[in-house]
Amino acid sequence: MPAVRQFCTFTIDTLLLGVNVRVVQAVLRDQRMTYVPLASPVIRGLMNVRGHVVTTLDLRRRLGMKPALFGSSPMHVVIRTDHEPVSLLVDELGDVIDVADNACESLPSSLDSEARALLSGAYTCGDRMLLVLDLGKVMAVSHENHAQYQTVLL
Amino acid sequence: MNNVNAAITEFLIESDEHVCQIEQDLSCLESAHDQRLLFRIIRATHSIKSSCAFLGYFRLESLTDTGERLLHVVRDRESSLTPKMTQALLAMVDAIRHMLECIEQEGMDGENEYVELKQQLEVLQCERGADVDLLSDVSIVTSLPCSPVDAETVQEYPPNTSVMCEPVRANPELDEAVVEFLKESHESLSQVERDLVASESHSSQEKLACIFRGIHTIKGTCSFLGYAKLEGLTHAGEALLSCIRNGDVPLTVERVSALLSLVDAVRTMLDSIAEYRHDGIHDYLELHSTLVALQTSESDMPMSPELSGEDVSSALPSPGLPPLSTGTVSSTTSNQGSADSRSQDLVECGVRQQAPYRVGDARQLGAAESSIRVDVTVLDTLMRMVGELVLTRNQIVQCPGMQQDSKFMATAQRLSLITAELQSGLMKTRMQPIGNMWNTFPRVVRDLALACGKDIRLEMEGQETELDKMLLEAIQGPLTHLVRNAVDHGIERPDVREANGKPRQGRIVLRAYHEGGQAHVEIRDDGRGITTQRVVEAAIACGVVTEAEVSRMQERDILQLVFLPGLSTAAEVTNLSGRGVGMDVVKTNIEHIGGSIEISCRAHEGTTVKVSVPLTLTISPALMVTVGEERFAISQTHLQECVRIDAELYAQVTEVVQDALLYRYRGHVIPLLHLNNVLQIHPVVSESTGGSLCSDITHIVVLQAGCFRFGLIVETVQDIEEIVIKPLGMPLQGLDVYAGVTIMGDGHVALVLDVMGLARRTNFVLGQDSFLPVMNPAQEEGTASSGTSQMCVIAQVGEDDCVAIPVHRVTRITDVQKQVLHVVDGNHVMRYHGQIVLIVWLSSLLGSYNESPSDEPDVLQVVLMDHDGQYVGVVVDRIIDIVDVQIDAHATSNRPGMLGSTVIQGKVSALLDVDCVLKTCLQQPVGSLTLECLET
Repeated sequence: MPAVRQFCTFTIDTLLLGVNVRVVQAVLRDQRMTYVPLASPVIRGLMNVRGHVVTTLDLRRRLGMKPALFGSSPMHVVIRTDHEPVSLLVDELGDVIDVADNACESLPSSLDSEARALLSGAYTCGDRMLLVLDLGKVMAVSHENHAQYQTVLL
Repeated sequence: MNNVNAAITEFLIESDEHVCQIEQDLSCLESAHDQRLLFRIIRATHSIKSSCAFLGYFRLESLTDTGERLLHVVRDRESSLTPKMTQALLAMVDAIRHMLECIEQEGMDGENEYVELKQQLEVLQCERGADVDLLSDVSIVTSLPCSPVDAETVQEYPPNTSVMCEPVRANPELDEAVVEFLKESHESLSQVERDLVASESHSSQEKLACIFRGIHTIKGTCSFLGYAKLEGLTHAGEALLSCIRNGDVPLTVERVSALLSLVDAVRTMLDSIAEYRHDGIHDYLELHSTLVALQTSESDMPMSPELSGEDVSSALPSPGLPPLSTGTVSSTTSNQGSADSRSQDLVECGVRQQAPYRVGDARQLGAAESSIRVDVTVLDTLMRMVGELVLTRNQIVQCPGMQQDSKFMATAQRLSLITAELQSGLMKTRMQPIGNMWNTFPRVVRDLALACGKDIRLEMEGQETELDKMLLEAIQGPLTHLVRNAVDHGIERPDVREANGKPRQGRIVLRAYHEGGQAHVEIRDDGRGITTQRVVEAAIACGVVTEAEVSRMQERDILQLVFLPGLSTAAEVTNLSGRGVGMDVVKTNIEHIGGSIEISCRAHEGTTVKVSVPLTLTISPALMVTVGEERFAISQTHLQECVRIDAELYAQVTEVVQDALLYRYRGHVIPLLHLNNVLQIHPVVSESTGGSLCSDITHIVVLQAGCFRFGLIVETVQDIEEIVIKPLGMPLQGLDVYAGVTIMGDGHVALVLDVMGLARRTNFVLGQDSFLPVMNPAQEEGTASSGTSQMCVIAQVGEDDCVAIPVHRVTRITDVQKQVLHVVDGNHVMRYHGQIVLIVWLSSLLGSYNESPSDEPDVLQVVLMDHDGQYVGVVVDRIIDIVDVQIDAHATSNRPGMLGSTVIQGKVSALLDVDCVLKTCLQQPVGSLTLECLET
C-alpha cells in the first residue's frame, strides 16, 4: 500500500493545481484589500485575516498568464508559512484529493518555462493532471523591475 | 531577613522545577535509555544538593548526595537504570518533595533522615559496581535491554573514574547537556559578578553564599562534563571564597579583583567550550596561583583593609558559631569517602545556623506555583488576539443605529473597559524591572573607575520600574555608554575633587521612574559638568554653527550640540572615549525606539542626562496621510511638522533647480517629494501645480531621516493614531519604501512608510548640495540615490585632505607615543600584541605633502589595519569621525591608492584602497615607498 498524500486543489484557467492540504490555513471569498504601490503586479494587495496581515499573490500573473476576465470572483487560498500567512488568488476551488505517492510523474513538456519553474511535481488524477506548486518559489517575488532604484523623475 | 527569604523562595521554585524534571526524565529513562536525560537528572540533583548545602538543609543535602553518587556510577558505566534503581530514585524524589514542603512550611527540612532510602541507594550503587567487573555479562544483567553496553566503551571509562582527563567525548548526545551547562554558567557568572561588586562595598554572608554557590555549581558541573582546567580554576576560586566566608581572610580589593578575573577567565573558557568543545589551551596558572596565594592572610598588604574579618563575621546570622572548615562544601562532589564525615559536621553547625530562618507564613500559594515560565510567542499571539478584540469592539461601538439603545451602549462600554484591562494586563507580562539590566553597571563602574584612578560610588533608585523587555535590551547599550561617559569625563580625579571642596568619592546616581506614559532614566553625576564655552568652541571649529547663531542660543540649546556627530570637547582622546562619535550614536539609538534624550548640567556640580522612552515598543503613534484612495502611516518619530499652503504661496516657496524640487522651509532649503510620484499611484503630477489633483491646497509633511530633512507632498493629512507595526510579508521584502504594515481601527490594512527609504528616493546626488545653502553638514549622507553605503573612519591627512577608511578593515585606532617607535632598516616599527608592526605615514604614501616625521607631535594617531594576518599601522594627522558613507560605484579616482572620492561633511574625501596600500607597504621596504610604488 503506497503512502497517500492529500492535496487541496484549485484551478487556474485550464490547469489543475494543488498544494499540500496541511499548509492551507483558510479559504476565503472576496476580501477588501490594500493596494501596495511599487510592488510587482503579482502582488494584489494586503488583507486582514483574524489579526494577521496576509499578502495576496495573483497566481494567474505569477504563472505568467493573462489576468482573469472582468466580473469573475476569485478565491483566496491562505497558506501558512514560517512568518505571516500568504494568500494565493485562484480562479476556482477544487476538492481535497488523495493521491498515491507512486502516481508521481514528470512535468508535462507542454507547460511554458515560467510555470514549470514554480512546480515541484505532477500526479495523474483520473483523466487530469494535478500540478503541485513549489510554494517557496511561488512566494519569492522579485520587485527588481518595479521598485528598486527607480529615481523619481520630476 | 527579607533577602534570606528571597533566596529560600528562589531555591524552592528552582528545586520544584528540578524535581518535576527528574521525575519526568526518570520515567522516560525507564522506557528508553538516553544519556542526555541521565545528564539532566544528574545536573538537577546536583543543583538541589549544592543549593541546600548553602542554605543549611543538610538532611536534604545528604539524601541528594547519595542519589547523585548512584547516578554518577550509572553514568560512568554508560548503562541504563534498573527498575530497582528507578524505584529508589523515584522514592528519593518523593522524599525531596516532602522535605521541600517541610522547608516551605516550617523553614526546616524535617526530622526524617530517610536512612533506609539512603542505604538502599548505596546498596544499589555497590551492587552495580560489582556487576561491572563481569563486562561480558553487562547487557544480560541489565534488566532493561534497551541499551546494550558496548564493552569497549566501558573499558575506556571504567566506573568510579571521572572523565576529567578527557575533554568532551565526541558524543553528539552530550551537546544538549553542554549547551545547557553553558547557558546556566553564564547566568550564574553574571550573578557572581554582580554580587562580588556589591560585596566590595557592603559585604554580607548572604551574598557570599550566593557567590559561592554560583562558582560551586559551575565547578560541579564541569567536573562531570570533564573540563579539568575549568574545574581546577573554579576550585581554586571556591577555596578562596570559602576562606573569605569563614572570616579567615578579609574581602579586600585584591581578592575581589582576583575573583573578577576568575569570572572573566571562566567566561573565556566557556566561550572556548562553545566553540571548540574544549576548555581552551590556556592554563591560567598565574591566576590560579594568585587565587591560592590570596587564601592566606600573609598575602594581604596592610594598606587596604577595607573589609576586615570582623565585618564579615558580624554579618553572620548568629555570631560565635564554629567556623566551617575550609573546603568542606567543595569536597562533596568528588571525594566521596571523606565527604561523609565532613558533611556530618556540616549538618550539625548548619542546622544551628539556619534554624532562625523561616519562610514567611503568610504566604498562601506555594513558591513554585506562584510563577510560571511562558514562551514569548504565546504572549505575542495573545497580544494579537487582544488587538483583534479591540477592533471588534470598535466595530460594535460604531455600529449605526445602536447608539439609541441605552442597554446596548452600556454593554458595549463594559466591553470596552474589559478589553482595555485585558490589554494592559497582557502588556504587564512583557514588562521587566529595569534593575535586571542595571545589574551589570556596578562592575562597569568599578572596573572603569579603577582604570581611571577614580573613586566612585554608584547608586540606583527605582530599580523596580518596569519596561518592555525589548526596550530594556534596546537601551542597554546607550545607557552603558552614558554611564561610562559619566565615569570617564564627568567625575574628576580624587585630588581634583578635594581641591574643589568636594568629597573624594564621586557619586553617580541612576534613577528610573514612570511619568506621563513614558519611562524615564536619569544618569546623574556630581562631577565637573559640561563647560558650555568649550562645546561652543568645538562646534564652531567643526563648522556646525556660526558665532552669530551661538549668540542667539540658550544654554539648553548649546548643550544639545553635544549630540552632533563629530563633536568632542575632550582635550585628549583616550581609548575609552573622546572621539565624539558616542553621543550622536546614543541619540540615534534612543530615537530609533521612539525615545528622547536630554542633557542638563551645572558647572562644577554635575551633569544629568535624562533618557525617556515609551513603555512599550509594540504600540507607537503614527500620522495617517492619504494619496487618492490609499492610506499610509508615517511613524511620529520622524515627523517634524505638517504644513498647509495654497497655490499662490506654493509658487513662492518652491522652485525647481536642476530637476530637483526645493522648498524654502524656515530659512532652510529642503528637497520636496510627491508621495504620489514616488509611489506611482496616479499619473505623475506636475511639480508646478502642487500636491493634490483637485484642490489648490498643498499639504507638506516635513520629515527628518537621520540628519536629512525633506518635505513630502500628500493629498490629505489625517489623525495621529496608535498603531502596531508588523513586518512586511515575505513576498514584499525588498520594497525599501515601506517599514511595515499595520491593521487600522476599521480592520483594514495600511502600509507604514519608511522615511529613510523615501529619503533615498529624493533625487539628490552628492555634490549638488551647493544649492542648499544652510543645510546641515551631515545631510549628504542620506541623499545618494544609488551606490552602497559603508561605515568609514574619516581621517585628516595633511592640511585639508580627508581620507575615508572602511571601518571593517580597521583593527584598532590608537594613540602611539613617538618614543615607542623603533627604526629598523630605515623603517618605523612598533610592538603590538607580540607582533612587530610596520608604521607608515599616510601623508607620505599619498604624496600629499612631505613633512618629515620628526616635525610631528609626540603622540601619533595610528590606524591599525591587517592584511593577511600582518598588521600595518597607518599614521594620520587627525581622526575626524566615523560616518556612514555612500559609495558611488561609478566614481573612480586617478589618484593611486584611492578607490574614488565622495563628499563627507562638506569636504571631499578620498576612499582609501586598503588592499592596494597595505600590499604595497608589505612588499616594499618602507624607506623607498613613494607614489611610484603605489602606481604599479
